[in-house]
Amino acid sequence: MKILFFGRLKEGAPAGPVPLDVGDTDALRAWLGRDRPELLDASIRIAVNDEMIHSNRPLGDEDEIAFLPPVSGG
Amino acid sequence: MIRVQAEPFDAAALLAEVSARAVGAGAIASFTGLVRSENDGAAVSGLELDHHPRLTEQVIAGIGADAVARFALTEVAIVHRHAALVPGEAIVFVAAAAAHRRAAFDAVDYVMDRLKTEAPFWKREQRSDGAHWLEARDSDHDDRRRWEAEVP
Repeated sequence: MKILFFGRLKEGAPAGPVPLDVGDTDALRAWLGRDRPELLDASIRIAVNDEMIHSNRPLGDEDEIAFLPPVSGG
Repeated sequence: MIRVQAEPFDAAALLAEVSARAVGAGAIASFTGLVRSENDGAAVSGLELDHHPRLTEQVIAGIGADAVARFALTEVAIVHRHAALVPGEAIVFVAAAAAHRRAAFDAVDYVMDRLKTEAPFWKREQRSDGAHWLEARDSDHDDRRRWEAEVP
């Protein structure tokens, strides 16, 4: 599993190896949030394999998960 | 024309490119956004943009396609930079070609409102009072909502 952080989230600690029992995006967010509570905030959105997700999604070893803080384009 | 690039762009050259493609259009409107030199009363010395290597371009392409459908555009261009920029540098270019001026003006406005609130860029401003990560303002979200009364 590959975990990416963007924007201000890059300033925090990178993710360590994900335990085997973390099998979906809700569990991943909760696991990461133990050390980095800012990831639990509802404003932080998640993309899996370049696709924004809007509800919990199962994860596999090959998945790339991106944590995205509120944007500021334009 | 959808581009996400680190390199500077020449807005006049981009507009000429759009004009060349927009054969038969009756109107072309364009907008160029620059890095501001002051924000919240503090002097700005630089602006860094983080982006997602694939998602950012996908989202922008989707916004462009929505604009084409909604305003019946014959051509749309969105060019957005991701890099370390200094005040006065061009950061974003949007152009829309349509049969009539109102559609072209509105399309550019619509694309900018959606870029502000939806395009996956993260800006960090270097200011005289320190570095600040920026987020879309409430007024940006209000601007975005103006378009929700109609489809899409």
